[in-house]
Amino acid sequence: MTTPSRLRALLLAAALLAGGPASAVQPDEVMKDPAQEARAREISAGLRCLVCQNQSIDDSDAPLAKDLRLIVRERIRAGDDNQQVEDYVVGRYGEFVLLRPVFAWHTLLLWLTPVAALLLGAFGIWRLSRRRAPAPSAGLSAAEKAEVAALMRRE
Amino acid sequence: MLVEVGHFALALALALSLVQAVMPIWGARSGDPTLRQVATPAALGAFACVLFAFAALTYAHATSDFSVQNVVENSHTTKPFIYKLSGVWGNHEGSMLLWILILTLFGALVAVAHHTVPPVLRANTLAVQGLITFVFVLFIITTSNPFSRVAPAPLEGNDLNPLLQDVGLAVHPPLLYVGYVGFSITFAFAAAALIEGRIDAVWARAVRPWTLVAWSFLTLGIAMGSYWAYYELGWGGWWFWDPVENASLMPWIAGTALLHSTVVMEKRDALKVWTVLLSILTFSLSLLGTFIVRSGLLTSVHTFATDPTRGVFILAILVLFIGGSLTLFAWRAPLLRQGGLFAPISREGALVLNNLFLVAACATVLVGTLYPLVLEMVTGEKISVGPPFFNTTFVPLAVPLLLIVPFGQTLAWKRGDALAAAQRLFAALALALVVGLATLALTWGGPVLAPVGIGLGAYLVVGSALEIISRARGYGASRTASPGLIWRRAIGLPRSAWGTALAHGGVGVVVLGIAAQGWATEGLATLKPGETLATGPYVATLERVSPRSGPNYEETAAILTVRDRHGNAVGTVDTGKRFYPSRRMTVTESGLLTVGASQVYASLGEVQPDGAIGLRLYYKPLVLLIWLGAVVMALGGAVSLTDRRMRVGAPTRARTKALPPNAVPAE
Repeated sequence: MTTPSRLRALLLAAALLAGGPASAVQPDEVMKDPAQEARAREISAGLRCLVCQNQSIDDSDAPLAKDLRLIVRERIRAGDDNQQVEDYVVGRYGEFVLLRPVFAWHTLLLWLTPVAALLLGAFGIWRLSRRRAPAPSAGLSAAEKAEVAALMRRE
Repeated sequence: MLVEVGHFALALALALSLVQAVMPIWGARSGDPTLRQVATPAALGAFACVLFAFAALTYAHATSDFSVQNVVENSHTTKPFIYKLSGVWGNHEGSMLLWILILTLFGALVAVAHHTVPPVLRANTLAVQGLITFVFVLFIITTSNPFSRVAPAPLEGNDLNPLLQDVGLAVHPPLLYVGYVGFSITFAFAAAALIEGRIDAVWARAVRPWTLVAWSFLTLGIAMGSYWAYYELGWGGWWFWDPVENASLMPWIAGTALLHSTVVMEKRDALKVWTVLLSILTFSLSLLGTFIVRSGLLTSVHTFATDPTRGVFILAILVLFIGGSLTLFAWRAPLLRQGGLFAPISREGALVLNNLFLVAACATVLVGTLYPLVLEMVTGEKISVGPPFFNTTFVPLAVPLLLIVPFGQTLAWKRGDALAAAQRLFAALALALVVGLATLALTWGGPVLAPVGIGLGAYLVVGSALEIISRARGYGASRTASPGLIWRRAIGLPRSAWGTALAHGGVGVVVLGIAAQGWATEGLATLKPGETLATGPYVATLERVSPRSGPNYEETAAILTVRDRHGNAVGTVDTGKRFYPSRRMTVTESGLLTVGASQVYASLGEVQPDGAIGLRLYYKPLVLLIWLGAVVMALGGAVSLTDRRMRVGAPTRARTKALPPNAVPAE
């Protein structure tokens, strides 16, 4: 491990496992009420494990992810709805924790990309379809005519 | 000694690629055929040199030569031989060497393919290819030399990351690189067309086989990577929208668009400028992908900052090729004559729509991948763009695209008849509706969107099959109902028609596999031997937990018997935790039991001192269809590649092979 930075660059996919490879939610974390547990899982899948590489706390084995999972379950037990739980976690860790970015001014470009790309493309196609028929082809150049003649002779 | 010769061969390749970059273009400009023809030996020479260098590095890895830094860092004497070989490209330096090996291989193939490409176009193409080779060999020699020695040589190496000690990952990079790098050829062709200032159907025909090869391999490479992540990372997901995955998906989407636009260009002489632009963009995205993975920029800005030499060099390469080619495009594209026009309801109209949706999807993935980085640089705000974003934006773009696929196949060139197409597709539409509704009824109370996905998948598969059948049946006077004749005609259809049907059918199979995951189930429990855990239609009993030894690891394995709900044994599955002493790393080996196309997936969690284990058990219905569908898609690409149209450049063969008497006119 003489060049950890190099390795990290290399093994990006492997770095998904920054927390170590194992299953995430542990049996002892599971809530008694299946409906509440399902909600906890749903919320967890949208929260980022802050020390991992693009991994939700639901998938991660890092201790921090476990803490967050327990916080989520604690808030659910306390009677918060999904939005309140999310707000609580964002209040503590910032927007970075949300895997689904909020829709706001600073993410406007991000969320509008698909629509903008479609509209821009559609506009381009509309322009293209309105173009008048192209000028007739200029035909072959002298060199090309010679080449054709040469090919014909070879036949 | 061999290592030094390998290093020298790399330097020689640098010189040869410079010759390849300069001489042919000069010859083409000055009309000097001798100078132009330098391209062929230079390209072959560069390939031979890089091949030798690669062989030298492989030899050093195979013999565990610990006087070579690269081997020390990535190998170990106890590592199984196959991973000693795959370890050659399981690290930065070696993988870059593989990258240029494939690059020069493609260059050599273009150089050898004498007949299909007009000489000036070939010379310019090889020159551009030579320039790419030169820059990347320079990158390796100056920043990532795989041949540097260490003195004194250590007795033992550091071993390869255990996660990479896997057959899936041994073949994943070569497949992916053939895809990435294959698009360098279409890029080189596009740049050559711009340099020459002319482009025509001959160009499209010359480019198409290379695009098909690159696309097919990229499809396989991505599928392989996805399957590896699925079974190796231990939580059963198959696509994570990770920056590295996106890096390979973007050139794939752009390449898919390119594959379709070259068809329009070849058949209808239209979309020329657009096709050139797509060729440039596709390879630019491949380069961007290489940059993202190699520089570590997206892992962490800090990683990038602590060792910026490589990142900056690759960034310079990006600016040179993307900026350079786009400038060339802006300057020269007006010279290219625009081709034919067409009605919106036609095959080419559908293909334009295909390009529209693909490019919008590609832009979405690109912006989603880079947005957090750019936002942080501009405003300092840190946000995450994760799977929920991509699922919400990508799927609504993909679904309409998939809906038009069978229509596009059915419509005629120039001027199609939407109503007639809908009539011909009636069977597919009706069947899809029945399948979707039946699935919904059978799984009532379950997920709602999944049956829609099943219907969509069925529609694509049946639509592809119908296309072959209706073409074989013939139109108008030649229409027949005789099964024997239909069969013979189907055999006689152009290979490209079969390739198209297979590729589109493969997409349908992938959609079926993805949709079926709506019914995936998961069980989680702490088990002692003899106890059971149920998930989906199966019940697993923990038989025993026992230690095992591998060649370079110690394993704690849990062995489970899987039974169906009636108590009949279906099979056994074992999952373990492997400890690799050389790296002090523990890796979970998930256990897979395949039943048809479905899998039972077991993943070992914590092992407690009293012998109890944490176990996750998933039931993944029809999950294998996701990757099998990708294989079918790649197969479609391969079948298309054998179409005789691809070989028309080789005139003798094409001329002697007469059309079968009952052949349906080629599309």
